[in-house]
Amino acid sequence: MSDIAPAIELKGISKAFGPVQANKDIAIRVMPGTIHGIIGENGAGKSTLMSILYGFYKADKGEIFIGGKKTVIPDSQAAIAAGIGMVFQHFKLVENFTVLENVILGAEDGAMLRPSLAKARRELKALAEEYGLHVEPDAVIEDIGVGMQQRVEILKALYRRADILILDEPTGVLTPAEADQLFRILERLREEGKTIILITHKLREIMEITDTVSVMRRGEMTATVKTAGTNPAKLAELMVGRKVLLRVDKAPAKVGNKVLEVRDLNITDNKGVHRLKGVSFNVRAGEILGIAGVAGNGQSELLEVLGGYEKATGEIVVNGQKIDLTGRNSDGQSRRARGIAHVPEDRQREGLIMDFFAWENMVFGYHRDPKYQRNRLLMDNAAIKEDAAGKMERFDVRPPDPFLQAKSFSGGNQQKIVLAREMERDPDLLLIGQPTRGVDIGAIEFIHQQIIALRDQGKAILLVSVELEEILSLSDRIAVMFDGKMMGERLPADTDEKELGLMMAGMTKGEAA
Amino acid sequence: MDLLFNIQVWDSTIRLATPLLLACLAGLFSERSGIFDIGLEGKMLAAAFMSAAVAYTSGSVWVGLLAGIGASLALSLLHGLASITFRGNQLISGVAINFLAAGLTVVVAQSWFAQGGRTPQLAGAARFEQIELPFASAVADVPFIGPIYADLISGHTILVYFALLCVPATWWLLYRTRFGLRLRAVGENPAAVDTAGVSVIGLRFSAVMICGVLCGIAGAYLATGLQAGFTKDMTAGRGYIALAALIFAKWRPWYALSATILFGYLQAIALRPDLIESSFGFEIQGQLLDALPFIMTVVILAGFVGKAIPPRAGGEPYVKER
Repeated sequence: MSDIAPAIELKGISKAFGPVQANKDIAIRVMPGTIHGIIGENGAGKSTLMSILYGFYKADKGEIFIGGKKTVIPDSQAAIAAGIGMVFQHFKLVENFTVLENVILGAEDGAMLRPSLAKARRELKALAEEYGLHVEPDAVIEDIGVGMQQRVEILKALYRRADILILDEPTGVLTPAEADQLFRILERLREEGKTIILITHKLREIMEITDTVSVMRRGEMTATVKTAGTNPAKLAELMVGRKVLLRVDKAPAKVGNKVLEVRDLNITDNKGVHRLKGVSFNVRAGEILGIAGVAGNGQSELLEVLGGYEKATGEIVVNGQKIDLTGRNSDGQSRRARGIAHVPEDRQREGLIMDFFAWENMVFGYHRDPKYQRNRLLMDNAAIKEDAAGKMERFDVRPPDPFLQAKSFSGGNQQKIVLAREMERDPDLLLIGQPTRGVDIGAIEFIHQQIIALRDQGKAILLVSVELEEILSLSDRIAVMFDGKMMGERLPADTDEKELGLMMAGMTKGEAA
Repeated sequence: MDLLFNIQVWDSTIRLATPLLLACLAGLFSERSGIFDIGLEGKMLAAAFMSAAVAYTSGSVWVGLLAGIGASLALSLLHGLASITFRGNQLISGVAINFLAAGLTVVVAQSWFAQGGRTPQLAGAARFEQIELPFASAVADVPFIGPIYADLISGHTILVYFALLCVPATWWLLYRTRFGLRLRAVGENPAAVDTAGVSVIGLRFSAVMICGVLCGIAGAYLATGLQAGFTKDMTAGRGYIALAALIFAKWRPWYALSATILFGYLQAIALRPDLIESSFGFEIQGQLLDALPFIMTVVILAGFVGKAIPPRAGGEPYVKER
């Protein structure tokens, strides 16, 4: 290597939480003025490592060198003093403070606020010009968008004279356009000589912007390579520890009868906003209908109506029989009894009770099934637990322990718990929303395989996802929703991301041309 | 309208509002830092007892005041230990403090003074004296302004003036100083404070301590200013009324002043059934007036009069997370 001292060098960092070894003998060198990616699946130990660097945790073993100097970082104060700035995945901003107040918090110049605020206002202006980071200093955080909030986090770090910027999963909350803007800012920061560590599990981001990439797997640093000398498939393999199929293999669909028919569905919410506007479509046995769209264009409402927890007007027919949309049989229980299983979009709020055990979560919605009852009064918990253990085994939930609370599983494994609960009921129709949101690559592959397998058993599947790539690779037919309306249907073979992207923005091909 | 323009009613409003105001500002500091405190009542009670007991024994009200503050601080420390250091449930800790104070004050009073759980009557230097402001008697005869200055503004104990000064002081501290910025931040999002390199525990403890001092003064005022000695349960729910006022005031200092004056006024007119009868022509039950602060708080909480948004991290112990 060159004789320039690395901006950050870690040697032999280890950290255990009880029996779990989160970081094992980690060594890494990050050169100044580069963007260094750290990639790994959820739970691989990336965040723990960065928390050690930022003084949140104390490493059990190991040394940290900043700019060639050995540095001890017992708390965040020390990290800031060493020139490290951190942009957390969940922003650490005070929502009802202004941008300016958030920036100076903890970095005030004296006991009085006015001079600090005045100085910060001047500096923010200078920083905005230097790095193209424009924000309104007097805007209140809760009134600005997430992209802006992230800029505030970056400005907070720069205001504290950070030379090393750590970003933890920065694009998770951003729209594609906002993510592009962020990357442009990061490039600008690199030009100005800042060192950037980008933590992510998205291969595309690593390839797009980093100079060097380190891969973590199960608490260990498995490789550090130049980004230019690698490719997504190789990185995925390093992350997961085996070959990963980035594309889904599937046979042509063997389509049967119509399972779900939706006719002229309308919802007007209590603010008078028309959420669904005359939506009609159908799904046949043995096929996957993918619904694409930017979040908030009616897909969530559609799933909620079908799942039985939102009221609507119109007609829904399942297996030739009409479904009660507003009466006493319009609840989720009745829908499940009709063979509709539902994997909700937000698994942490709608799919699981995070404080409950896995085995309890695996029976929700089906807890009235006679096979789970001991007698008329008591439930047969032993049967439920045994059942749960089997499902967890078959769906490769890690660890396969029914006595862990839902919140102690990683995102991917939480999703597998919900999938196992719904898919193992052998439904005629599966509603599935955002199946792989916040899920790591290895689990994505597994989940996609399960969805395809269910299709091949002749079940009807309605897939809602904001990930266009996912829609394109799984669906047999694709419908696009915009502003509560169906923009039209396409076959995956006859369309591409560009056309679908236009439809998602409310334009048809003719208009765009 | 005798009720509105009676100078005695307003005079007692100020006296009765003072402990409410001090306790309300005490709660404001604590809750703005994210520590809910329903132990205001217990702290005031403990302070009332200690201040009266020590004032009687030492003969000096100032020593009594310090003792009262000390007692309240001890309970604050307990609350801080339970809810900040050990991340316990803040409501349970507060309730425990209220019960502890209610029982302990009477038991200790009985074994100390053997007067049935009260302290002996305080007199002379063992009580806070009413301060006659300059020229009060000279201008007393000037129409309108005279009585207002002589009876309403002048003639209170020093703690009343202190309490009133606390309002701008609290406002200034909260909105104009570094400490205030951090205090408000830690009650909204402690993680933001922590990642900025500032100690969450330190901030919250200092807020809880300020709360203890103010509660101590409020309690001492009850026993050595408003009354002459400690009697069993003499706080009579003032801690809860102060909490109600805090919600009413939406956790802001100037609003706290108006809320406590309003609630003090309700207490003051409850003492003058004759005036109510002459104003309205019928009797109003005193109990109804006592209940009014709580009824109004429920109305506020139900969202009828604007929105009262408590500090967002209130009631939640802070646990570091990634």
